[in-house]
Amino acid sequence: MSIVVSSLAVVLIVLIPWVGVGAFNLQYLFGVVVPYAALATFIIGIVVRVIDWARSPVPFRIPTTAGQQWSLPWVKYSKIDNPKGTGGVIVRMLFEILTFRSLFRNTRLEYRLKGDGAPKIDYEWEKWLWLAALLFHYSFLVIFLRHFRFFVEPIPGFVHLLESLDGFMQMGVLPLNGLGLPGVYLTDMLLMLAVTYLFVRRIYVHQTRYISLPADYFPLFLILALGTTGILMRYFIRVDITAVKELAVGLFKFHPTIPGDIGVIFYIHLFVISVLIAYFPFSKLMHMAGIFLSPTRNLSNNSRMKRHINPWNYPVHYHTYQAYEDEFREAMVEAGLPVEKEPE
Amino acid sequence: MAKDPKAGETAKINHTPPLMEGWMDTPVDIREGIYCYGAKEKNLEAVDMPNARDWNPAEEDWQLPDDWEKVIDDGFRLRLDRFRSFKLFMDICVRCGACADKCHFFIGSGDPKNMPVLRAELIRSVYRKKYTAGGKLFGKLAGARDLTLDVLKEWWYYLYQCTECRRCSLFCPYGIDTAEVTIIGRELTNLIGLNTDWISAPVANCNRTGNHLGIQPHAYKDMMDFFVDEIEDITGIRVEPSFNRKGAEILFITPSGDVFADPGTYTCMGYLMLFHYLQSQGLDITWSTYASEGGNFGYFTSHEMAKRLNAKMYAEAKRLGVKWILGGECGHMWRVLNQYMDTFNGPADFLEEPVSPITGTKFENAKGTKMVHLVEFTADLIKHNKLKLDPSRNDHLKVTFHDSCNPSRGMGFFEEPRYVINAVCNNFYEMPPQTIREQTFCCGSGAGLNAGENMELRMRGGLPRANAVRYVKEKYGVNMLSCICAIDRAVFPTLMDFWVRDVGVTGVHEMVANALVFEGENERTTDLRGEPLAGMEDDDNV
Ligand code: SF4
Ligand code: SF4
Repeated sequence: MSIVVSSLAVVLIVLIPWVGVGAFNLQYLFGVVVPYAALATFIIGIVVRVIDWARSPVPFRIPTTAGQQWSLPWVKYSKIDNPKGTGGVIVRMLFEILTFRSLFRNTRLEYRLKGDGAPKIDYEWEKWLWLAALLFHYSFLVIFLRHFRFFVEPIPGFVHLLESLDGFMQMGVLPLNGLGLPGVYLTDMLLMLAVTYLFVRRIYVHQTRYISLPADYFPLFLILALGTTGILMRYFIRVDITAVKELAVGLFKFHPTIPGDIGVIFYIHLFVISVLIAYFPFSKLMHMAGIFLSPTRNLSNNSRMKRHINPWNYPVHYHTYQAYEDEFREAMVEAGLPVEKEPE
Repeated sequence: MAKDPKAGETAKINHTPPLMEGWMDTPVDIREGIYCYGAKEKNLEAVDMPNARDWNPAEEDWQLPDDWEKVIDDGFRLRLDRFRSFKLFMDICVRCGACADKCHFFIGSGDPKNMPVLRAELIRSVYRKKYTAGGKLFGKLAGARDLTLDVLKEWWYYLYQCTECRRCSLFCPYGIDTAEVTIIGRELTNLIGLNTDWISAPVANCNRTGNHLGIQPHAYKDMMDFFVDEIEDITGIRVEPSFNRKGAEILFITPSGDVFADPGTYTCMGYLMLFHYLQSQGLDITWSTYASEGGNFGYFTSHEMAKRLNAKMYAEAKRLGVKWILGGECGHMWRVLNQYMDTFNGPADFLEEPVSPITGTKFENAKGTKMVHLVEFTADLIKHNKLKLDPSRNDHLKVTFHDSCNPSRGMGFFEEPRYVINAVCNNFYEMPPQTIREQTFCCGSGAGLNAGENMELRMRGGLPRANAVRYVKEKYGVNMLSCICAIDRAVFPTLMDFWVRDVGVTGVHEMVANALVFEGENERTTDLRGEPLAGMEDDDNV
């Protein structure tokens, strides 16, 4: 169900510009208005969301302590997994964000019953999710950066560098090369592979299939559509790159112009990315911003050392010693326990 | 309990959720053996909790207040505004499933709603419906649903099937802590009088008498006197603990479970012996009958209740005029101490920064709360050679160590207990790495689940832990499971009997006391439990 709904939604998203540009020539709408609107939604949306999160205080220090605390001088402590100060927290967050450290710990449950009916539980090595997630995110990043060659003139140096690194596969392994097409980018392939893996995993692993919502398939399908249109454009249905660049640079400089004939496929690609970024702030994709704010990861474990203030703290009533002694005074005296007030 | 579960039956677990049926369409089935009895009227009333009444979760009518939906709604909003953790965790889960098979309750039950992600989704779905545009607009398509009575029952059922152990949080790429979601979810249910009596009774008791079991001061003292006699029988040494003594340098607070339930009692005897041993070296310590509880079942109720119960520790320290506080071997007590206490009830500026009177070590890591963990205190003593130990007295034991969830993932307390254990016993074996330290598995009965009526749930939840113990038992002949948590000590014997057999349970300080060599003591032939020491087995017959 979830899959059907989200794939239909994505099909619709592909059809809209197809019809819009192909049949009605709404180039300006899909080339200028929609991207700007999407970008504005993206930026404002993220800012609003982050501010909304940040408005809620973090009353208590609740880091997950994934290693030895800092204690006695001779006890070796985990500076990164259980940091006591800001430095450690920064490193912990960097590891988390750049290498997906927590996900790297992942194991898979293997549950079997032995002959005698006793369970045998193993926790198997499982790095595929981590690997796919990492490849997916980094490929996306590289592809994103590579696209700067369309937006900016002159093309920045790092983009050239990325391109040549990324394109080192241009050795004619694929017959496409012989056809005079541009070299194959590694990241294009990796992205598609990783997204496909993530999708297949979602259906194939019973547990993830069970928890998956349309909101989980939808971005995957969007990204698949994005990648597919991008690849189509680059390798199969060539579009006029100069025209594309003209449009992109125009958008970037806030002087949008619609150059001649670009081809519907480009508008589809552009529309899909527009939908993706407009959808971003309203979706789970916000994990990108959220991870920075996660209180179990971005706090140091020093609350036994240093007092932290709860901004909405209020006094509470507790059962005082006086009330306690009043109730039990006689019994206490009899048991030889000291009391503040002797019984009458 | 209606039917006692059997290990063989309980082990048949299917971890594959149904293919066609979605979880939103699967209504909750409140099954005997899985839930705890509802909170009793008198216990809720004792601490002014709302909607106090006697109710039975198995019955249709839960006797909720008429405006329960509004109460939950207001409570929900308030908590979204108060806890960034809660708000964020409602929004950023990507349902990657990395946490799914990490929860001991899912592993032991196969119930898909025990997957941490789904446990949280039960609440998130309502959050989406109430507070997000997408949820309001697209409803079920956006994973949103109304908070109906059935959904509320489902909340209650699954919120109280989480031991708040945080194992899921360790594996989540964003650190989403389902325990935090359950903690706040439990707060919400408490607003309309839904809790379990195994939590509300200890809360009421702890409030009034100072400890979970409702033990009055004289009975507490009696129990201690009994230990004093026992210790004398075994060692010939007469220890002299003091209670509620003003002007002592240190206040000692331990979970009352150690005072009243085997095998924790042996650990308690261990504390008494260690303190006596150190007396001549300058230890000046007192126990309190008023603050006679380290554990805090308020934490399984609401942050406010946790704060109320926790307040007594500082209040008593102030009244007695001690310099600092020493805390016993306890699980969630230390999570509360480490992460909440100073914020709840600080600043403890009437106390001094803790310094060991014996070694002079400054406990800088505790200079805010002024509370030191007994195991770190002892580790420091051993490091400075202040204890004469004969580890061979524990040679009849082959020991493994269970990292309790709270000191592990809520504090990071791993090396100190191992250091002490290795100093007091010769045979120590670790369980497999994926089941210890920060990856440790819960006992299955924490967070107020150690009742009798939910035995099936407990045995299921404890399965991964028990399975790891079985592994070291088969491999190394381990016969003793040590731990630093009173709830562990209370629940493990049953768990071991169920899945493993012939593995005892001990606190670390019981082994310390076994090994501790006193001047002028009788030659020891048994340990604190009266079990013969290695090489002494035949002496009885001679
Ligand atoms: S690991 Fe974290 S993000 Fe993944 S499903 Fe669990 S809670 Fe959600
Ligand atoms: S905190 Fe522990 S018991 Fe609760 S969902 Fe997570 S792993 Fe399960």
